[in-house]
Amino acid sequence: MSPRLKGILFRMAQAIPVVIGVVIIGFVLTRALPGDPAVYFAGAAADAASIAEIRKTLGLDLPLPQQFLIYVGDLLSGDFGESISTGQPVIADLASRLPASLELTLVALLLSCAIAIPLGVMAATRPGSLIDHACRVLVTAGVSLPTFFTGVVLIYLFYYLLGIAPSPLGRLDFIYIEPDRITGFYLIDSALAGDGETFLAALRQLVLPAITLALFTLAPIARMTRAAMLGALSADFVRTARAAGLTGRTVRYTYAFRNALLPVVTTLGMVFSFTLGANVLVEKVFAWPGIGTYAVEALVVSDYAAVQGFVLAMAFLFVALNLVIDVTYTLIDPRIGFEAS
Amino acid sequence: MTLTRRELLKIGGGGVLGAGILPFLKVLPAAAATDDVIVGVHGQTINSLDIHRTGTNRPSYQVAVNCYDRLVSFGTKTTPDGGLSYDYSKIEPELAESWTISDDGLTMTFKLNPKAVFQDGSRVTAEDVKWSFDRAVSAGGFPTVQMKAGGLVRPDQFTAVDDETFVITLDRSSKLTLPDLAVPVPYILNSRIAKANATADDPWAMEYVHKNTIGSGAYKVVRWDPGQQLVYERNDAWTGGPLPGIKRLVLREVPSQATRRALITRGDAQLSFNIPNKDAKELSGDVKVFSTPIENSIYVVGVNHKFEPFQDPDVRKALAYAIPYEEIFQAAAYGRGNPMWGGSADIDSIDWPRKSPYSTDMDKAREHLEKSAFAKGFEVPFSISLGQTDWMEPTALLIQESLAKLGIKSEIDKIPGANWRTASLVEKRLPLHLEGFGGWLNYPCYYFFWAYKDGHLFNSSNYRNEEIETLVDETLHLPVDDPDYAPKVKRMFEIAFEDLPRIPLWQPALNVATNGATGYEYWFHRQLDARKLAKG
Repeated sequence: MSPRLKGILFRMAQAIPVVIGVVIIGFVLTRALPGDPAVYFAGAAADAASIAEIRKTLGLDLPLPQQFLIYVGDLLSGDFGESISTGQPVIADLASRLPASLELTLVALLLSCAIAIPLGVMAATRPGSLIDHACRVLVTAGVSLPTFFTGVVLIYLFYYLLGIAPSPLGRLDFIYIEPDRITGFYLIDSALAGDGETFLAALRQLVLPAITLALFTLAPIARMTRAAMLGALSADFVRTARAAGLTGRTVRYTYAFRNALLPVVTTLGMVFSFTLGANVLVEKVFAWPGIGTYAVEALVVSDYAAVQGFVLAMAFLFVALNLVIDVTYTLIDPRIGFEAS
Repeated sequence: MTLTRRELLKIGGGGVLGAGILPFLKVLPAAAATDDVIVGVHGQTINSLDIHRTGTNRPSYQVAVNCYDRLVSFGTKTTPDGGLSYDYSKIEPELAESWTISDDGLTMTFKLNPKAVFQDGSRVTAEDVKWSFDRAVSAGGFPTVQMKAGGLVRPDQFTAVDDETFVITLDRSSKLTLPDLAVPVPYILNSRIAKANATADDPWAMEYVHKNTIGSGAYKVVRWDPGQQLVYERNDAWTGGPLPGIKRLVLREVPSQATRRALITRGDAQLSFNIPNKDAKELSGDVKVFSTPIENSIYVVGVNHKFEPFQDPDVRKALAYAIPYEEIFQAAAYGRGNPMWGGSADIDSIDWPRKSPYSTDMDKAREHLEKSAFAKGFEVPFSISLGQTDWMEPTALLIQESLAKLGIKSEIDKIPGANWRTASLVEKRLPLHLEGFGGWLNYPCYYFFWAYKDGHLFNSSNYRNEEIETLVDETLHLPVDDPDYAPKVKRMFEIAFEDLPRIPLWQPALNVATNGATGYEYWFHRQLDARKLAKG
């Protein structure tokens, strides 16, 4: 077994206590939510008897430890329970909504990186120049405009006034049928099916929400790139490389940029995880059936199974994300060890 | 319910769906494809196709209306603004062709329409009706409570005499029974399909009906993506009324109000259901807006009799005179709905909701407060629900400001949606709060039954008055044309306005915008009834 694989397995083993902790905390916290789901879901005109009946159907009449044991038993058999607010098994909800959120967030981040990283590098190589100021203005504007505002403005401009954007009706206009499900990512699925029409339609729907999110995530990435690049450019090894007569290009990209990437990747990981949970407002404005809206709606009505499922799914995602970032570190900088020791 | 693209194309190729397949062809632009399709948008989620299921939310009730039939239905009338409304005064046939009620009012015999068929082509029989009614009274929760309102409690009250004859035996004669058969709950399911999908744990096929529509109604649900959309398709074999003018209704969930507004104004959606009052005011002119006052519904200030100062009738009257009604009506309701203040003190009719005899008069308010034991004022928390801030917040702020002038200090206490019901209706522990009950069955006595009787759910003010208790019990089942009915109801109004456990503010409206769709009809259940919709 190669040391890297061993390291990865060790890191995955480390995730087990985290997940156990999340299961317990998730359970306790949802129970600590204000509100009584039985009363809420009994409906407008329910009487005490029907509320009690519903409490029993939901298993909420049992003592907490017993509820917990049942919950863990269900989890082990792969059953995340059923969400009462959507009426679907939580696992099905997550399977349909998580890809929607991931697709949007990933496209937005790709877009954001494609703009922010070159911008940061250029700003760092010419500090105080016009491009540096332009970069500052753009990131300040991006971060200070709330996403729902940017979203509504974009809809107003490109859909309402100009009519070039498609109706902001979620992932696909209703005249298209969603591609056969393979990954749950419409772009990938339609590409795999060789269906260019649906691919373009899904892409068109993605553009505005992705720009909205990208504007918001531009700032941390651009700022971090600029700072890390400035640091790297003033480091000893860059001076040495310059003194050795290497071209400016080689110095900038092979030596400085590669070293500056580490903090950028770290920031990227953080931005990704927080965007995934925090794009509720973008999802609402664009009717995007994502995970953020789902979690918030579930919280508001004390839908225990859905909230727990969301927390658990996010925990798994974060564990995986951290692993990916750590592996990326070793690829960028071979000096960083990844051994089990 | 899942329908893959392959299956859909297959059905289309077989010509079963005919023209209906067009909207789903991938290459057609939306505008060209929608000759017989309406796109509707709304802000809520449909969480079940079965109204009998535990946890089915209000927006889902529309599926019961659009995809199923009941024995009877209500008539249709035209509203003053040119729209359509259901007509509570007329009961019309739906599945039942005719019915008779015995002289003592205890036996109701329904003759089913022999031509009525379910969507799988099988005939609707009295056995199906019996099974569906048994299900409604046995399911527990909301459907059972709603059945009980009409005196329908136990399966042994329902008998299928032969294929076409269905008999209901009542314990007491009540005017509520027949209208209660026309609400969405007692819908008729295809019992043969349901039984085939029932299990020992699930004798009523709750899991199957949750995801499949097995009725005889005007539409069937061909696609349901929870949290995204619901697609209705017309049932061409429907016998319950004239066929809908469209082949399909695509109902998309769009949580953001701003986006819904953009969609309806641009005409990419032809119908936007339940739009905010503000949009209703601003959009009228650009698109067609229907604002129908919701029958038997009033937004009120709840004055809890458990809270000491409110036990003093003068304090309650001071409150009623201190409320800035007109400002609230403009700020919170944008003038949509009907004012419920400044009426005559003389109670001349049994129309309900009716205007209270109070209006804004700070001098009278001070006068009453000075007569009370709390002349110097007091402190009271003013509770509102976070789930209904659209009207509750401006209302509460304006009342707070006005009460401050009397020396009554109130702090706005916002309660999360999941807690609100428990706090306000179940525990009834909020001293001063806002409430908005509306009764499905349109009788004043029915409103009083829920909102003024001690211990009843919507009596969030812990109000108890012996005379009201007796009057409600006496009038609830009494026919409206009974000579005793009107005087008793008028007496109830009098007491309610004198004791003021609920201070009426205004009668809210249900706002719907259309742009390229006709035939929208208002119903008491406040959900979209798509059975008369057409393009145009």
